[in-house]
Amino acid sequence: MSDEQHIRREMLARKFIEAIPHARALGMVLTNVGDGHAEIAMDYDTRFVGDPETGVIHGGAVSALMDTCGGAAVMSHPAATVSTATLGLRIDYMRAATPGQRITARAECYHVTRSVAFVRATAVDDDPDRPVATATGTFTIERPKA
Amino acid sequence: MNQRPEPVQVVKQRRDATLQKLVAGVPYMQFLGIHIERRGDELTAVLPFDEALIGNPMLPALHGGVTAAFLEVTAIMELSWAMIWEDMEAGKVTDDAPKILLPKTIDFTLDYLRTGLPRDAYARARVNRSGRRYASVHVEAWQDNRSRLFAQATGHFLMPARDG
Repeated sequence: MSDEQHIRREMLARKFIEAIPHARALGMVLTNVGDGHAEIAMDYDTRFVGDPETGVIHGGAVSALMDTCGGAAVMSHPAATVSTATLGLRIDYMRAATPGQRITARAECYHVTRSVAFVRATAVDDDPDRPVATATGTFTIERPKA
Repeated sequence: MNQRPEPVQVVKQRRDATLQKLVAGVPYMQFLGIHIERRGDELTAVLPFDEALIGNPMLPALHGGVTAAFLEVTAIMELSWAMIWEDMEAGKVTDDAPKILLPKTIDFTLDYLRTGLPRDAYARARVNRSGRRYASVHVEAWQDNRSRLFAQATGHFLMPARDG
């Protein structure tokens, strides 16, 4: 892939997330993207809390982060899909995210067929050695109309 | 001698207040604008449409993460509701009672069936198994037609430690 193509793809992936109203609502920031990989961060916010007793972020907000990150990884893959949608997503919650800490998701689109992209993702807080959650997902690939 | 049944207002007030207490304890539900409607013990979660819920502005379509969160919230509410039902009916869920501890999600598997349209969504959950420690819950979401689901999910949950 040429540098120009590479830059174009990164720009597309960045635009992809900036154009998503719900990603903006959750304050998601694309910190790294390219070649089927994406990294998105979400700052701690009391509005996203699932249980005020503990201050822990709701699993649903972590799911939204993982889903967005998976979609961005698919968009940045050299297979060059014009758009994508989630088909299936499984999330394992290993532990509660530490209150007050930023959550970062990393997703990898590790295989694509003509119509399906396969993704795995991990979410961590300030302790990168103990993931908060992991996910695997399948996404659609929309081929450009000939 | 038969005991006279409780007046209907008393029953309704008790159940609605308990449900309100459950929902109010989850800030993320307020963030997404989710509320819950009740008929007897049957709960329906409602997600009114809002621009901030959009994931694909071109179509436009609901964000897959919104759908995921909506289904997970509904599953947890249904499970908690089933868990406290007996205590509630026995009048043990009062303002000075300890806070209701919620189940924790272990895993959640989502099946996206159709594009989520830019309009209100509804969801109902069914507790398939609920033991002392673990529970399995299935949840379905639809928009215009109850028979045309746009997403469904199954999750496992860790039950909070309870007395007795």
